[in-house]
Amino acid sequence: MADSDIKALTEALPGESFETTAFTTPPPLADATVAIVTTASLHHPDQDDFAVMDTGYRVLDDSRRDYVTGHWSPNFDGSGFAYDMNTVFPVDRLDELAERGVIGRVADQHLAYAGNQFDLSAIRMDSGPAGAKFLRDQGVDVVLLTPV
Amino acid sequence: MSTLAHVFEAEGIATVALGSIRKQIEGSAPPRGLWCDFPLGRPLGKPGDPEFQHRVLDVAFALLNTTEPVLAEFDESIPDGGDEMLACPLPPRHDPDAHPAIDEARGLLAAYDRGVEMSDGRFGAGRVVAADDIPAAIEAFIRISEGTPWAEAGIPGLPMRVSHDIRSYYETAALAMVDHAPAAWASTRWFLDQTETGKVMMAARQAMQDQDAPQPMWFYLTPGDR
Repeated sequence: MADSDIKALTEALPGESFETTAFTTPPPLADATVAIVTTASLHHPDQDDFAVMDTGYRVLDDSRRDYVTGHWSPNFDGSGFAYDMNTVFPVDRLDELAERGVIGRVADQHLAYAGNQFDLSAIRMDSGPAGAKFLRDQGVDVVLLTPV
Repeated sequence: MSTLAHVFEAEGIATVALGSIRKQIEGSAPPRGLWCDFPLGRPLGKPGDPEFQHRVLDVAFALLNTTEPVLAEFDESIPDGGDEMLACPLPPRHDPDAHPAIDEARGLLAAYDRGVEMSDGRFGAGRVVAADDIPAAIEAFIRISEGTPWAEAGIPGLPMRVSHDIRSYYETAALAMVDHAPAAWASTRWFLDQTETGKVMMAARQAMQDQDAPQPMWFYLTPGDR
């Protein structure tokens, strides 16, 4: 069993195609509010776990650190996240960048979706735009997207 | 994930997407993408290594300075040779009347509890099967491996999710028995190749396939290349 073998199983899965590539120019990073959006199916223990093929999102509070993984796929290594959450969800690293003035501030809330989706249309048309609006309303300028 | 990048950019938020699978991130072409040749499940590369994680972030955030879509490559790979396995002790037999997998799982409970504490509960059993009920869940897969039709074996939930809890139970226990961040997949290989329950899961998976169970029911019991 090798990581490359598992990647080979999934690398040809078709994704959504976009006719044009939207492109937003952010403010200077030192002035920007930065959030993390992960597809690792993270959630707080008191939130609903992700169901298989769940296209919704969960709001992750930056002031908490009780993030648990709800990803159902067996095709990723979970020990890295278990040992150090920043391997997947680098909130401590963002805090350090904010303290050094590299980024303006860390968003109060982040988002998690479930990766490993076979039909992305609901995320493209519904929960994706809704999540973006949620973050934009919080004043988020920049999003770091992390998978598992 | 790249779909979210396209959607968020269209809604006025600048994004940087990390990707671990080169062909996937090339094909989905997020507005700003950084391909990092790291193991699946470790997009920041190295657990417990803030300096390395900051290097990844520095390169990622530098892409925000570009004025047009860009796909970059991180300059360091973390290869997985497919053979690194956790050196992790297994409990001695305690109850000779119990199936070896059941006896083993019971013997790991204390280590599991320590692993949960170490990882602040981020990872472990309990999504459909609580830790105390893991031995009973394993019994269902033992029955399948011994010939019981899979749908009659008493699996306490969707097989893939029950299997996920069993694997997580073992890997969390393993985390408590080593003093370092395991290499990617090392604890999974330990579970599947070294433990009695790993052998049961592999045998049950094969039995379910032989019983013509629906493909998702058996395929996702283990990583897909098994």
